[in-house]
Amino acid sequence: MADLNIHIKDLHFKNPVTTASGTFGFGEEFMEFMDLNLLGGIFVKGLTIKNREGNEYPRMAETPSGMLNAVGLQNKGVDYFVNSIYPRIKHLHTEIIPNVNGGTVEDYLMVTEKLNETEGINAIELNISCPNVKEGGMAFGVSCPSAVAVTEAIRKVWKKTLIVKLSPNVTDITEIAKGVEGAGADAVSLVNTFLGMAIDAEKRKPILSTVTGGLSGPAIKPIALRMVWQVYQVVKIPIIGMGGIMNATDAIEFMLAGASAIQVGTANFIDPQVSLRIIDGIEKYLAGHHYKKAGDIVGQLMT
Amino acid sequence: MKQIRDFRVKAYDRLNEDNYIIELGCDEELPAIKAGNFAEIQVPQTADVFLRRPFSILDADHKNRSLKFYVKAIGKGTRKLGELAEGTKVNLIFPLGNSFNTDHIRHALIAGGGSGIAPFILLAKELKEKKIKTIFLLGARTREDVFLADEFAKYGEVLITTEDGSLGDKGLITQHSIFSKHDFPYDKIFTCGPDPMMKAVARIAAKKGVNCEASLENMMACGFGACLCCVTETLDGNKCVCTAGPVFDTKYLKWQI
Ligand SMILES: Cc1cc2nc3c(=O)[nH]c(=O)nc-3n(C[C@H](O)[C@H](O)[C@H](O)COP(=O)(O)OP(=O)(O)OC[C@H]3O[C@@H](n4cnc5c(N)ncnc54)[C@H](O)[C@@H]3O)c2cc1C
Ligand SMILES: Cc1cc2nc3c(=O)[nH]c(=O)nc-3n(C[C@H](O)[C@H](O)[C@H](O)COP(=O)(O)O)c2cc1C
Ligand code: FES
Repeated sequence: MADLNIHIKDLHFKNPVTTASGTFGFGEEFMEFMDLNLLGGIFVKGLTIKNREGNEYPRMAETPSGMLNAVGLQNKGVDYFVNSIYPRIKHLHTEIIPNVNGGTVEDYLMVTEKLNETEGINAIELNISCPNVKEGGMAFGVSCPSAVAVTEAIRKVWKKTLIVKLSPNVTDITEIAKGVEGAGADAVSLVNTFLGMAIDAEKRKPILSTVTGGLSGPAIKPIALRMVWQVYQVVKIPIIGMGGIMNATDAIEFMLAGASAIQVGTANFIDPQVSLRIIDGIEKYLAGHHYKKAGDIVGQLMT
Repeated sequence: MKQIRDFRVKAYDRLNEDNYIIELGCDEELPAIKAGNFAEIQVPQTADVFLRRPFSILDADHKNRSLKFYVKAIGKGTRKLGELAEGTKVNLIFPLGNSFNTDHIRHALIAGGGSGIAPFILLAKELKEKKIKTIFLLGARTREDVFLADEFAKYGEVLITTEDGSLGDKGLITQHSIFSKHDFPYDKIFTCGPDPMMKAVARIAAKKGVNCEASLENMMACGFGACLCCVTETLDGNKCVCTAGPVFDTKYLKWQI
């Protein structure tokens, strides 16, 4: 059997399959459906320093081969996560990775410091790419200087694995990737959702309360794949790839394009057990092609 | 315990062009199912329905291991679900959501509008089992849109309102004479249907000081608490209709009523 382990500094994924922030709750929502210990890791719902109620309903619109969401980072704040949620999930034999959000650099720092004091957390994912909040969020991820600034600031206080999640809503994602690598990121994850919108023509109204929202699902896969491949050409740090992964073949494509690990997002809503099927599929692929370890296919696209 | 399970299409009962009951059967025993629970159905054989679709469980037959759903065809998913061949595999996540509270009731009033009658067959059964007297008030646009009235009649008196007056009282459900009579013997109202109707019913309940539960039908992406798309505003902030609901005490909802 091929070796599926992936190491990114302090972070150890027992296989390359993890679940994407905002699509897997805090893992608990899936406990009745699967053994969470089998996952490489769980990127939990985005956290902010204070409780956030998120955006008004409606927050969702189905679109061809995908969906738009405008959840707006609803969460009870980092303290609630650390004190009430994390104690319930920390026994899991999988990496739990908080997704850190903020409106200002200080916000990001405060959330990170709270997590610094929490034992067992080996990595954070810095979300500088949420398209659904008015202040902060994506604003950090769409300009290179601000992406660099927030990454540098967090790097000073967070010594364990630092993953920076990139926005695809930029002219050149490779510039931002290089920037955050230079600022000390240990890995980049991409992509977050694409800014989009949906209209109800009968009512002449937008479907989402926020008018625009983030597009995810298979509709974005070809673009996400292209971005992973482009970023792989320019950075040395590992890439965690995502965007429309529905099955093992999709996941393997991301790995061939340069992703060391992948995140499964929207697919969890349709098949809550899909991640386990993806792990199986990757194992079969590696065995079928006589690879010794998962890392052997990363970036092995023949062009 | 929530299940992800393959069912097969057993039969359809066509109520009219746009409304049908679909019966789905499976091999294993059904888990316990409560009135108000729903299922997320993956509509097969269609490329343009991406997410699952939520439907209230109309009826559960534990002996024959089958579930029934009442569906109003309003779009691509609900239409496709009505066109499957017998034996077609259909995947369900169920049972989801909470259930109605039938404790300490003497006389229940069930007010269902349009397609919002689906959760009430199981509720009617539960109320009957508890020997709670129940009256049904069904509202529809016109007589052709009144469904399952005979079925409800097995569990109590059925009153009807139609907007055009073609059956029962003319007008909206809340204009039915039952609400204007001096004598209002009901100590619990259950309602499901279009939002404006449920709000109007909740308003009357509040005025009369009667406890009222509403089953909400917000748009959902997952149905089990993972996406936070289906929220409704409550006194404790935004809550997911799929996990904290779909049934809510209307006093707990931040409805402008
Ligand atoms: C908990 C719950 C229980 C439900 N129970 C039943 C039931 O027992 N029987 C039944 O017929 N329906 C029920 N519904 C509503 C049903 O889920 C929707 O009608 C269905 O998802 C529409 O899918 P579609 O593909 O046909 O529509 P689409 O083609 O996706 O959309 C058609 C139109 O309907 C609107 N729409 C879609 N979903 C909803 C919704 N949830 N509420 C209001 N408008 C919507 C869309 O905005 C669009 O304008 C329930 C919904 C919920 C949340
Ligand atoms: C409902 C929903 C909520 C999300 N919430 C977050 C979040 O809190 N933080 C974050 O970094 N990404 C969030 N995302 C983005 C996903 O993590 C992922 O980047 C994106 O959906 C693309 O992957 P997919 O196509 O596989 O879903 C969310 C996505 C969805 C659909
Ligand atoms: S539909 Fe996903 S949380 Fe309710």
